[in-house]
Amino acid sequence: MIRVQNLSKTFDKFEAVKGISFDVAQGEIFAFLGPNGAGKTTTIKMLTTLLKPTNGSIELDGLDPWKHQKQARQRFGIVFQDPSLDAEQTAYENMELHGVLYHVPRKIRTERIENLLKTFELWERRDDYVKTFSGGMKRRLEIARGFLHTPKILFLDEPTLGLDPQSRNQLWTHVKNINESERTTVFLTTHYMDEADRVAHRIAIMDHGAIVAQGTSAQLKQQTGADSLENAFLALTGTSLRDEAASSTDRMRQFAAAWRGGNRR
Amino acid sequence: MAAIYILWLRELKRYVRSRVQIVVSLGQPALYLLALGYGFSPVFKQAGAGNYLQFMAPGIVAMAVLFSSVFSGIAMLWDRQFGFLKETLVAPISRLQIMVGRTLGAATVATIQGGLIVVVCLIGGFRPHGWVAIPASFIFVAMIAIVFSALGTCFGSAITDMQGFQLVMNFLVLPIFFLSGALYPLRNLPRALTWITHADPLSYGVDGLRGVLIGAWQFNFALDMILLSALAAVFLCAGAWLFSRIQL
Repeated sequence: MIRVQNLSKTFDKFEAVKGISFDVAQGEIFAFLGPNGAGKTTTIKMLTTLLKPTNGSIELDGLDPWKHQKQARQRFGIVFQDPSLDAEQTAYENMELHGVLYHVPRKIRTERIENLLKTFELWERRDDYVKTFSGGMKRRLEIARGFLHTPKILFLDEPTLGLDPQSRNQLWTHVKNINESERTTVFLTTHYMDEADRVAHRIAIMDHGAIVAQGTSAQLKQQTGADSLENAFLALTGTSLRDEAASSTDRMRQFAAAWRGGNRR
Repeated sequence: MAAIYILWLRELKRYVRSRVQIVVSLGQPALYLLALGYGFSPVFKQAGAGNYLQFMAPGIVAMAVLFSSVFSGIAMLWDRQFGFLKETLVAPISRLQIMVGRTLGAATVATIQGGLIVVVCLIGGFRPHGWVAIPASFIFVAMIAIVFSALGTCFGSAITDMQGFQLVMNFLVLPIFFLSGALYPLRNLPRALTWITHADPLSYGVDGLRGVLIGAWQFNFALDMILLSALAAVFLCAGAWLFSRIQL
């Protein structure tokens, strides 16, 4: 379903992604792990038509996403690292808007919105403004929205960042259910090893722009002789800290947090 | 078309729902109208130029439309950095559709805002030279709204932080207002000021409004209309181009 060969991305002189290759089969849940700045988000951006790759090839359901942007976009859903909901509209309106943008016919749209909002336990709150939602509810709504146009692939970029264990647990249960019922391929990145361990069928570990290992959780543990995925991860990527320079987006984010009284999520 | 419609509708919904903001945005023009309109009235009359409130009311309408339109750009900056814009940019629709939906939405909101200010002016004592002039003036309200919403889209696409937007507000939008003839007649000005005011797009919008509402033209209907239409075309193209270049 996803086939990536020798993919690389260079910003000025900095090589963010260095010739990575991997395959994800249909219906598989594939996790991308890596320290900050490893190139995970850059990879997702290239897979989802937001960045043009410097080199290498990508196939999503047999399509080159850069050459066939609209067809590719129709086939995948994405949940970004930052929220991308319209806080001034209700949950239902957010779903409706997404459905229209993705050309979902009205009848199917109405049915699927109801089903998904019920699955993600948001149906009772459908007419409330998103700005009144908790962080966990917003996340659930975004993921429900991502499934609305029946994508073949769903990209989740650190979907559980900043959520409490209950919300994380519930969120993954829903994602797993839909993965099984609709055979949606799921490509996710996360910092929580226990999540990857529990949810993902296969895992790739990325560091400094390259994939340092990939396989099932058991294979990775065996390969490094570690007793947990976390230890396997540390064995592969080392224990030094990664400092990222704050981008303008980060600075804006801080500004917004201060401006909105720090209760954004 | 459905995509354009739903994005247009979103802009409208946001406007209608922010009731506090509507009241606030009516407050500033009302203050201008009362403080300046009545304040300068005696001087204006002594100079033999007629009733100042009558003169400036169309200018205040133009101001409200200008600010409302350009502020749609700030909303885009917000959408851009914190998410919603991304949701639209990865959707299987063209950038042009997104840009058109947003800009038309902003222009519609600005037109409504202009209509409300017309009502405020009428309450404040403004009288057009004929009642038909009020619906007729909406041609120019809408033209100003389209021109400057497109300009707002240009800003929103090209600027990535708040400081940049303040720069645009202070060094572009306020001068556009103050140099447009909204507050004073464009006759007998120093030569440099004459040139600048004639280069200001809003001058033609203000002139059109004033001409239609109280029958006082500096230029004429055809010139105002042609120039505003041309500018709308230029800004829409520029906005579409800049919007298509947005990178996340």
